[in-house]
Amino acid sequence: MSTIPEEEYIVKCTSACAGCSSSLCLRYVLKAAGPDSVLVVPACCTSVIQGIYPGTAMNVPVYNIAFAAAAACASGMSEAFRALGRKTNVIAYAGDGGTADIGVQALSGALERGTDFLYICYDNEAYGNTGMQRSGATPLGARTTTTPGGKPTAKKDLDRIVEAHNPPYMATACSAYPLDLYKKVKKALSIPGPKFIHILAPCPPGWRYPTEKTVEMGKLAVKTGTWILYEREYGRLTINGPSKTAMRRPAPLEDYIKGQGRFKNLSPEILDRMRQQIERNVQRLAREEAGAC
Amino acid sequence: MRERLALSRPREAASGKTGSWRTFRPVVDKELCNACGLCAQYCPDGVIDEELNIDLDYCKGCGICANECPKQAIAMVREER
Repeated sequence: MSTIPEEEYIVKCTSACAGCSSSLCLRYVLKAAGPDSVLVVPACCTSVIQGIYPGTAMNVPVYNIAFAAAAACASGMSEAFRALGRKTNVIAYAGDGGTADIGVQALSGALERGTDFLYICYDNEAYGNTGMQRSGATPLGARTTTTPGGKPTAKKDLDRIVEAHNPPYMATACSAYPLDLYKKVKKALSIPGPKFIHILAPCPPGWRYPTEKTVEMGKLAVKTGTWILYEREYGRLTINGPSKTAMRRPAPLEDYIKGQGRFKNLSPEILDRMRQQIERNVQRLAREEAGAC
Repeated sequence: MRERLALSRPREAASGKTGSWRTFRPVVDKELCNACGLCAQYCPDGVIDEELNIDLDYCKGCGICANECPKQAIAMVREER
């Protein structure tokens, strides 16, 4: 605890839902980034929860921008700061819809240009603030308002899309491990060039579980191997502690599934496909870490 | 900066006193508490300070603190109003 600064850059308090893991993540992201930072926020929950004009809960400058343009805007902003000789951290903070679906080409462009910025995608696996419509990041079998029978296709592997651009630093994190997230943001901001962090952010109203289970859900996602915590620094993969344990001895997938209303009445075939997906993912990353591919 | 510019400025209660949303209030049993600080670490809205006092003006009553407390020192009590 002692290494984490006590300053809060969110003034009490945002209008996020009770038990929101996105505001938990944002607290630690801003603690790590410090006051000399600018947030670029496309349409997502974070653009809604800031407060009512002329007040805002955010104690750092925030630029709200159109859905598809977060990374493009951050790109220009970063260039302008560097031209003025300022080291200000430019952080794009976007949801999964604004990253995996609508914002993906701007993100790809900014990564390719080598913009000096940090892109954070907090992933609640659907379009949360409009009432949980499915997004590209919605996992197989999850019920949303637009996939009432469960999503028939798998979650888009955003990390492999980003990996294909070979950024100097990319990582996954989970809101249930805020200190791990803090360290990753700190490390990312110490490296020049484009950085990417993908955070799994459980969402109580969207995933349909009681608000107090937010941290528990995040931990279960990691313990079952559904979400793997890793960092890739200049192409070299490191799998982090909690996921190493989970890969050796994963918790039963049912523990994660049964607490969530969005996975209600999941068919055995879908459950089987989910298990296979996890197994494939785990094996791929284990092989990569061992240097076998 | 021009006065007329439509800027939002940081201030407390920009979204109102969110404590009014609460249906269950966290009550800490100081006897059981060993001041590990996990509740403050996991509070999504940062309403628990270093002395582990909960700001009930803003606490939304999500119950994460009670659920994560290793000593089960926090009880969620229904609000009477």
